[in-house]
Amino acid sequence: MQNQSGGQIQRPQPHMYPLGDSGIVLHFSDVFDAPTQQAIRACCACLDQLNVPGLLEYVPAYTTLTIYYNPWLISQEGRCDPYERMTEIMEQMLAQAQTPAAESAPTVVEIPVCYGGQFGPDLEEVARNAGLSAADVIRLHGHGEYVVAMVGFAPGFPYLAGLNEQLAAPRKAQPRPRVPAGSVGIAGRQTGIYSISSPGGWQLIGRTPRRIFRPEHTIPSLLRAGDQVRFVSVSAAEFEQQNEHES
Amino acid sequence: MSLSILSPGLLTTVQDLGRIGYQKEGIIVSGAMDALALRVANLLVGNEEKTAGLELTLLGPKIRFEADHLIALTGAGLAPTINGQPVRMSRPIFVRAGGVLQFAPQGTGCRVYMAVAGGIGVPEVLGSSSTYLRAGMGGWQGRALLTGDVLPCPGPTEITREFWQTIASASSAKAWAQATWTPSPELYPALQTSPIIRAVRGPEYDLFSAPSQDAFWRQEFTVTLASDRMGYRLRGAGAALALAQPQEMLSCAVPFGTVQVPADGNPIILLADHQTTGGYPRIAQAITADFSPLAQVPPGGKIRFQEVSLAEAQRLFCQQELHIRQLRQVLRLKNV
Repeated sequence: MQNQSGGQIQRPQPHMYPLGDSGIVLHFSDVFDAPTQQAIRACCACLDQLNVPGLLEYVPAYTTLTIYYNPWLISQEGRCDPYERMTEIMEQMLAQAQTPAAESAPTVVEIPVCYGGQFGPDLEEVARNAGLSAADVIRLHGHGEYVVAMVGFAPGFPYLAGLNEQLAAPRKAQPRPRVPAGSVGIAGRQTGIYSISSPGGWQLIGRTPRRIFRPEHTIPSLLRAGDQVRFVSVSAAEFEQQNEHES
Repeated sequence: MSLSILSPGLLTTVQDLGRIGYQKEGIIVSGAMDALALRVANLLVGNEEKTAGLELTLLGPKIRFEADHLIALTGAGLAPTINGQPVRMSRPIFVRAGGVLQFAPQGTGCRVYMAVAGGIGVPEVLGSSSTYLRAGMGGWQGRALLTGDVLPCPGPTEITREFWQTIASASSAKAWAQATWTPSPELYPALQTSPIIRAVRGPEYDLFSAPSQDAFWRQEFTVTLASDRMGYRLRGAGAALALAQPQEMLSCAVPFGTVQVPADGNPIILLADHQTTGGYPRIAQAITADFSPLAQVPPGGKIRFQEVSLAEAQRLFCQQELHIRQLRQVLRLKNV
């Protein structure tokens, strides 16, 4: 998808629309795919470098990137139209994101998972649903190449795209009142990791000993939008050795 | 210096202007529901606008001051007393050690903010002192205040001390004294019982059926009892709101003030503890200049929406900032 021409990278160009008086949405595509995800990633990298008073923060999602701003500060205390000024800043940022300098290798994160047993109470149900054995589910889930499409729902909770379609499973009819932090689940065609203990309706197939949300870190979320994720199957004994969770 | 919580009230939390910069990691903003009220309270005692204060909800707490303190109370819905004597909202108040502050419900509104000169001594988590109740982080031990809590206060800074001395000199031997002036009313207009909240169209407005678009602007909505700091669940008198064609959306960022419509057709307006992303169609977005009256609607209260343009919404945003700046300048003059 990426054709080099004159030092520029041809990425999908978003259309922009306002989200209230303090937000602007860059909408890249109607479908989540690799070029969309790379374009959003490149923009996030450019936004990290921008130092404009009144630019507050950005939130990447599947096919959109939303930027929040303070209209009073962005317009230099009402000296120009705030939304027009924001579209100008975004145009400049998008031009920057087209250059090879904005290209960076995605971070690859390995996540150890102990599948089944007490850690994955829904493994058998997912297997039955797919007409597979539990071992097949572990193999197919563990061999997938995933990308973090979005972080949301709970602090640090990654929505991972790239699940093998055979493993798609509906949410639980009755959500569990408490899903332990680190639980790896499936909902529809997505897989994800519970970052904090919370109620939840995803089908649980395993648990990682790693902490996904670490509020004491400068970057509290282990995974960020655009990161690539690989799961590595570990035994219950290895889980205990590597266990970072409290209690 | 410290504050003793003799009774906690319904929901009293430490809040500042929110945790900014972490929504991309799924961490909500939190912060004061009525941010304007907290900013004004802070300015009245000489604090920076973003200093952490207390947010009081519907039923106020009972607080004893363990040392001399300069405070200010803003917001609405509660009538404060110190040692049983009424004190006024929206002006600096000097309280001597041992003074007991408590509240009775009064009038329109449901949230009051208390700023303490020098702030409240809680550690910042990810750049903010706001309480994130669901994750149990920030604020005072990640939770609402309880009876027996003793909140440390660092005491006045150099600037707040000037404010302090101006008011304290008038107090003589009394248990408390308050300034005789208050900020101009246009900064924090009187609340209406059923406010009209101005809003711009949401990104999915055009996907709603024409009757639903029309109904949204015309009908009165009740803020149901299933409402909290995360959002108000609204119920209209008329038909439920619906898309012209049912369709699934990919999740996208949602801010404070988003009016989203789940499949049951009853809108939810997102507030300070809103989730970072959502997948429901967004019919409208309340304007920032009307967040104060919105945050002050109690459960069971009623609201209507009125459409404004983006340019008008941003003009009103800037006007509010201008008023805040004027207040800051006036206060500086009063205390030099």
